[in-house]
Amino acid sequence: MNLPVIIKFVIDLLAVLLLALGIKGLSKVKSARDANRLAAFAMSLSVVGLLSYYLGTSGIAIQSWIWIIIGSIIGSLFGAILAKKVPMTSMPETVALFNGCGGMSSLLVALGVAIFPISGGQENFDFFKSLINEVSISVSVFVGAITFTGSIVAMAKLQGWLSTPGWTQSKVRHFVNIVFAVASLIAFFDLISGNTSSIWLLVIVSSLLGIGVTLPIGGADMPVVISLLNSYSGIAAAAAGFVVDSQLLIVAGAMVGAAGLILTQVMCKGMNRSLVSVLFGGSLSAQSTASSGSGEYTNITSCSVEECALTLEAANKVIIVPGYGLAVAQAQHTLREVTKKLEQNGIEVVYAIHPVAGRMPGHMNVLLAEADVPYEQLKEMDVVNPDFPATDVVLVLGANDVVNPQAKNDSSSPLYGMPVLDVQEARTVFVIKRGMSAGYSGIKNDLFDLPNTSMVFGDAKKVLNDLIGELKDLGVGEK
Amino acid sequence: MSFISLLWVLLLGSLLGLELIGKVPPTLHTPLMSGANAISGITMLAALTLIVKAEGNVPLLIIGSVSLGFALFNVVGGFFVTDRMLAMFSRKPSNKK
Repeated sequence: MNLPVIIKFVIDLLAVLLLALGIKGLSKVKSARDANRLAAFAMSLSVVGLLSYYLGTSGIAIQSWIWIIIGSIIGSLFGAILAKKVPMTSMPETVALFNGCGGMSSLLVALGVAIFPISGGQENFDFFKSLINEVSISVSVFVGAITFTGSIVAMAKLQGWLSTPGWTQSKVRHFVNIVFAVASLIAFFDLISGNTSSIWLLVIVSSLLGIGVTLPIGGADMPVVISLLNSYSGIAAAAAGFVVDSQLLIVAGAMVGAAGLILTQVMCKGMNRSLVSVLFGGSLSAQSTASSGSGEYTNITSCSVEECALTLEAANKVIIVPGYGLAVAQAQHTLREVTKKLEQNGIEVVYAIHPVAGRMPGHMNVLLAEADVPYEQLKEMDVVNPDFPATDVVLVLGANDVVNPQAKNDSSSPLYGMPVLDVQEARTVFVIKRGMSAGYSGIKNDLFDLPNTSMVFGDAKKVLNDLIGELKDLGVGEK
Repeated sequence: MSFISLLWVLLLGSLLGLELIGKVPPTLHTPLMSGANAISGITMLAALTLIVKAEGNVPLLIIGSVSLGFALFNVVGGFFVTDRMLAMFSRKPSNKK
């Protein structure tokens, strides 16, 4: 063992340790931010380790340096710019995009090695070794391609660039995907039997498979899909580790892959969905239109902003239920102004956060934190649910499915069993909503028909602004 | 490194990953996913290896460089965006009276 090998070994070991601590720390509120930095540091450390190893052994050609610098500058620059510029509301699709690019990177490495075998491979040709090499190349290409196209489709769907095509909701999609999967398998066997050119077939069919699997999945389930694809990109990285013979890559990739799988499981639980039904069940809305989704509303009460303000002024306890609509309208700051006024009047204000509010677990907390809402006022569903009967006014802002009583009462509803906020228990419920359109699941919301529910129609931001005006006129918060 | 020992590395790495995350508060799901996602950009090491070992093969250098760019886009963007999210939590307790 010479010095460069020892140094690289020590650095790699340290990097793995720090990465593990980083992932661990990210799962606790207190340590999360430091943990993220620690992981970033570990990543840079691993690069230093790798480069110093090659400098100390084979050396790095000038030409290589040039390409390293070009690639890193462009990649880092775009990554940093996007990360700084992107609004907090489009966080889920941003993560999906980043993730897809990670998959693409693994795919390209494997592709590069497949087309131009790197030196050292051929001299001592060994059947077993080349088999392993081809298997790991195939896995890396296959998983990398699925991660890439799947993430891009997920991003496009969340952005609203892509809707769910009708055919993907029929049984046809299973057939189509099975064809892609079988074709991938054929390409794989063709590849390991020595036909290098079938790598292209593998790239194409696995890309199509990524699209075919992700396209039918409804928007509400997207976070789970993104988390799963994130786990895949870890697996792709581990496979790339086998391709280039890097233990660090294998450990880190396996770690992310496994941790991502657990996180996916945790998220599924939060939404009362099983991974199987997310992946193969298709979009919720498509199943439901036939059953309970077609119901008409019979007893809608709509009211003016003024009435809403009057009721709020007389309240002692108000619970706010924010949803994605609030995020889309960018109304979290306006909402904060409203609640400030109420608080100044001695009214107790609490925010009820459904586990999947804002389309991605934790997304709503991020948005409200951005608007300076004190952390202590954000209450999780299980904590806040017993409080609803003692609450005077509930303000539902752009949330829909998460306050649908059907999930508790109607066993034929596709939502049945999903944990929901029991807002109907409160004395008065105001639902601020643009129109009567259905929520993300496409299912009728029984809450709107209840006698203690009033609808305030309009854009969330505009309604809240009007509300501030009305509250001012009533002298709320002016003491 | 023999294949068998690499398999051991894979196995132990996976087990470690399974153990690392137990109970995660829903608040942290998005940042955790985003942070783990940044780490999966570790494949940048494979891209670097490819470039170093390309030995003047220009197409391979280009593939490696593009791959490195994608990976770093993931890593740098991922860590920054996670930090942005987490910064909002940690700021909270201090600026409320």
